[in-house]
Amino acid sequence: MADRERILKIRDLNISFTTDHGKINAIRGVNLDLYKGETIAIVGESGSGKSVTTKAVMGILASNGTIDSGVIEYSWNDENTGEHKTVDIAQLSEKDLQKEIRGRKIAMVFQDPMTSLNPTMTIGKQVMEPMIYHYGKSKEEAYKKTLELLELVGITDAEKRMKNYPHQLSGGMRQRVVIAIALSCDPYVLICDEPTTALDVTIQAKILELIQDIQKKKNLSVIYITHDLGVVAKVADYVNVMYAGKIVETGLIDEVYYDPRHPYTWGLLSAMPDLDTDDDELYTIPGTPPNLAYRVDGDAFAPRNQFALNIDLRVEPPMFDVPGSSTHKVASWLMHPNAPDVKMPEALKNRIEKMKKEGE
Amino acid sequence: MDNFEFLEDDFAFVGENHESKKEIAPPVTPFFKDFMRRLGKNKGACIGGILIVIIILIAIIAPMVSSYDYAEMNTAIQSTSPNAQHLFGTDRYGRDLFTRVWQGTRISLFVAASAVIIDIIFGMTYGLISGYFGGKVDTVMQRVQEIINSIPSLVILTLLLVIMKASLFTIIIALMLTGWIGMSRITRAQVLKVKEEEYVLASKTLGAGHFFIIFKNILPNIFGQLIIMSMFSIPNAIFYEAFLAFLGLGIPTPQASLGSLINDGFKSILITPYMVIIPVIVLAILMLSFNLFADGLRDAFDPTMKEM
Amino acid sequence: MNQQPILEVKNLKQHFKINRKFTVKAVDGISFQIMPGQTYGLVGESGSGKSTTGRSIIRLYNPTDGEVIFNGKDISGKMTKDELKLLRTKMQMIFQDPMACLNPRKKVIDIIAEGIDIHHEFKTQEERNQKVYDILELVGLSKEHATRYPHQFSGGQRQRIGIARTLIMNPDLIIADEAISALDVSIQAQVVNLMKKIQKETNTAFLFIAHDLSMVKYISDHIGVLHLGHLVETGTTEEIFNNPIHPYTKSLLSAIPSPNPKVEKTRVSLSYDYATSGIDYELGSQHHISGSHYVLATEKELEEWKNTE
Repeated sequence: MADRERILKIRDLNISFTTDHGKINAIRGVNLDLYKGETIAIVGESGSGKSVTTKAVMGILASNGTIDSGVIEYSWNDENTGEHKTVDIAQLSEKDLQKEIRGRKIAMVFQDPMTSLNPTMTIGKQVMEPMIYHYGKSKEEAYKKTLELLELVGITDAEKRMKNYPHQLSGGMRQRVVIAIALSCDPYVLICDEPTTALDVTIQAKILELIQDIQKKKNLSVIYITHDLGVVAKVADYVNVMYAGKIVETGLIDEVYYDPRHPYTWGLLSAMPDLDTDDDELYTIPGTPPNLAYRVDGDAFAPRNQFALNIDLRVEPPMFDVPGSSTHKVASWLMHPNAPDVKMPEALKNRIEKMKKEGE
Repeated sequence: MDNFEFLEDDFAFVGENHESKKEIAPPVTPFFKDFMRRLGKNKGACIGGILIVIIILIAIIAPMVSSYDYAEMNTAIQSTSPNAQHLFGTDRYGRDLFTRVWQGTRISLFVAASAVIIDIIFGMTYGLISGYFGGKVDTVMQRVQEIINSIPSLVILTLLLVIMKASLFTIIIALMLTGWIGMSRITRAQVLKVKEEEYVLASKTLGAGHFFIIFKNILPNIFGQLIIMSMFSIPNAIFYEAFLAFLGLGIPTPQASLGSLINDGFKSILITPYMVIIPVIVLAILMLSFNLFADGLRDAFDPTMKEM
Repeated sequence: MNQQPILEVKNLKQHFKINRKFTVKAVDGISFQIMPGQTYGLVGESGSGKSTTGRSIIRLYNPTDGEVIFNGKDISGKMTKDELKLLRTKMQMIFQDPMACLNPRKKVIDIIAEGIDIHHEFKTQEERNQKVYDILELVGLSKEHATRYPHQFSGGQRQRIGIARTLIMNPDLIIADEAISALDVSIQAQVVNLMKKIQKETNTAFLFIAHDLSMVKYISDHIGVLHLGHLVETGTTEEIFNNPIHPYTKSLLSAIPSPNPKVEKTRVSLSYDYATSGIDYELGSQHHISGSHYVLATEKELEEWKNTE
C-alpha cells in the first residue's frame, strides 16, 4: 500500500447555496481522499450533501451554489511529459474545467439513464460526440472506439445498436450506454451517482459488476454516491458516512461495517432489515434530518441521537481516530476518552457477529 | 483541541426530555406571503402594478373633474395644440382631448376587465370539463374548439356587424366568441397534468365525487396559474379593441376609445401629430404595464427557482 | 383456519387497449387471497403489473375480466351504492410518492379528514377535529401539525400523513403501493414499524406492493411473485424464501443486496431472461408444491426446476 497514488484530495470543503430563505450550508468541512484504482463510497440520506460534494468536484454546482472555502486538488501524471501535476478544481475557471477536467479526467454516471441520454440522438452519436469534441478525433477513429466501448460495457450487436435511439433500449441497456459515454474520453475518475437506484434489482447487480470489471481493466478510481448499504458492501474499499453536510464516520469497508462507532452508522446499519431479521420492530433513528438553513450548534446529529451528550449541543465534535487503526475515523464525542462507555445496540452487535461468521 | 476547556457535565447524557429532542416541523412562510415578497422584489412587476393603478385612477377621476365633456364640441377652438386649458389640446371639432383620452382609457380598461371575466368563465370551464372528463367528451369539445379557432376573429366580427350595430357591446361579444380559446387550452393542459397526481387518485379511492375532486383538489392547484395566464390576455384584448377602432369597426362617435382617437388623429398626423402621439403613448404604457405585471406575477408564482 | 378471506382475487385481468391492433396485458389472470390482519407482499420488477393490480383491485381502473371479492362482495363489475361505499371506506390505499400524494393547497387536518368529509361520518365539527387529532397521535405526529401544509413536512412525515388519511376510515384492507420506496433507509424503517403497529392494534390487512425483497420478507406473511402480469410463484414467506422453485423467483432472491461486505463482494446473482428462457407463461398452470406454495409452470418445467436444486 506504500505507493498508493493520490488522485483527489478534498480538504475542509464548505459549500453553501443562496436561496429565498437565506443561506443553506450544504457542505460543512468535508475531507476526502481518493487513490488510484480504489473505490470510495459516500453514504447518506437525501439532503446529506453527498451529491453536492461530487458536483463540486465536477464543477457543476447549481448557479446559486458557491464554494466558500476549501481545496479540491486533482493530481495526475501528464501523458506526454510524465511530469506530476496538481490543480485545484475549486479555483479553476469554467473554461479550463470544461477543457481539462470534465469528461477527460473525471466523468460521471447519473442516476436516471432515461434523462441523462438525449432522446433525439442515436446512441452511437452520443458516445462519439465527446471524443470528437474533446480529443478532435476523426469520425472513423471515434466510430471504432465507440464499438469497442459498447462491447466493453456488454452491449452485444454493437454496430446495430449504435443506430438505436435511447427509448428503444431497456433501462439496464441505457445505463450501459451512459457508462460507455462516461468512459469515452478515458477518464481517471468515475463518479457514479446512485447508478442503480432507477433500475430493477435483478439488473442492479449486473451493472455494479460491470463497473467493477471496467474499473479493474482500466485502473480507474471510482466514487459511489448512494444510500443503499448493499451497493456499498459490494463495491467499496472505503466508506464515508455523511450526515448534514459532514462526514461523520470514515474507514475501510470492514471497519465501518463490522465495527461501526457513530450512532448514526448504527442506525443506518440496523434500519436495513437483512433476510434474517424477525424482530418485532426495526431499530430506527428517530426524527428527521436537520434543516441546514438554520445555524447548527454543536453536533447536527444530537437531536436524533439517543446517546447525545451535553457537549454535543455546544461544540461540534472533531474527527477522532479509532484506536488501532490509521484509516477509521469518527466524528462523535462518544469517542473522547472522558465520554461514558456506550456500546452499540445489542441487536446490531448480534447481527454483526453473525455477518462475520457468514463471511468466513 | 488540546487546550479546549471542557465543562463539568459535558460528558453526561442529555436525556430524553431535552428540548432539542422534540420533533419539530420547520416553520415556513405561508405561500401567499412568500409570493407577495417575491413579487415585491421584481422591479418590473412593481413598476407595472403602480402604473396600472395610476392609469386606472386617472381614467376614473380625470373625466369627472374635467370642466369639459368628452362629446362637447366647440368650433372656436378647433385643433389647438396642448396648452394650459386643454392639456392634450383639442381635436378638429374642438373637443377636449384630455377628457377624450381618459374616457377612451376607460373603454380600454373595461374591455380588459371583460377579457379576464370571459377567460375565466368560458375558457376555464370549457378546458376544465374537456380535460377532466377526457375520452369522447374531450374529443368532441376539442374539435368544436378547433373549428371556432380556425375562423379569423375579424371575419366573425364583420359578420356580427351585419346583424348588430357597431358598439362596445358588439366588440365584447366578438371577444367572447374567440378570446377564451387560449385559456381553455391552458386549463385543459393543467387539468390533464393534475388529474393524474396521486392526491387526486387518493381522493378517488376515498369515494370523492367529480364535483368534490374538481373544486377541492384540482381547481385550487391550478387557479393561481390560470389567473396569471388570464392577465396575459389583457394586453391582447386592449390591443384588439384599439385595432378594431382604428379600422373603424369600433364604438361609434361621439364616444371615444384609444383606438378611435388614434384613427381620427391619423388623418392629420403631419399637421397635428399630438392627436396621435398622446393616445399612442397612453396605449403603449397601458399594454406594457399589464405585460410587466403579468410577467412578474408568473415569476413570483413559479417556485421552481427556489430549488437548490 | 376456516376464516373468510378479506380479499379474494380470482383470475383478474387488466388489459389496456393502446390502439386497434395493440393491447397491453398489464395483468393477465392472477389469483390470490388475503386473510384479515395479514400482510400479502406482491413483488416484481417495474412493468410487472404490480401497481396495476393494486389499482384494479381498488377500482381506479375497471378490470377487464375476473372477480375481486372484498368482504364477501364482488366489486369487480358494476357495484350497488352500498357496495361502492364499502369499497371506498373499508379499502384504502397508500401511495408511493410522499411529495405528490398530498394536496399542496390543503391543510393537514383537511387532508386527513377528507374521507369522513366525503362520507359525512361525523356530527359536529369538534368530533371531526378530535378524530383527526386521535389519528395524528396514532401515526406519531401531534395536534400542532394539523394546521400546517404538506410542504412543511419531511418525506417520512408526509407518508405518515398519507397513512393517517387511510386510517380515519377504519379500513379492513390497506393497499400500500411502493409506499416506502421513495423514502430514506432510516425513514423506511420508521414507516414500516408504524404499519406493523397499526396492524397489531386494528387487525387491518395489508397488500404490500414493493420491489425491495428484504423489506417484503420482513413485513409479509404471504408473498406473490409477479412477472409480466403473471403470478409465477406464491406461498408463505418461508416457503418462498426457503424453497424457491421458479427461476425468476430464484433470480430475484439472488439479487437481494446484503449489507455484509464479505458476503456481498463474492455474491453472484442469477440472471433470468424471459425472452431467451423458453418459458411461456401462457402455457403454464398453477402447480401445488406444499402447504400454500404454488408455482406457475408446465409439468415438464416443474420437473426440471425441482431437479436443479
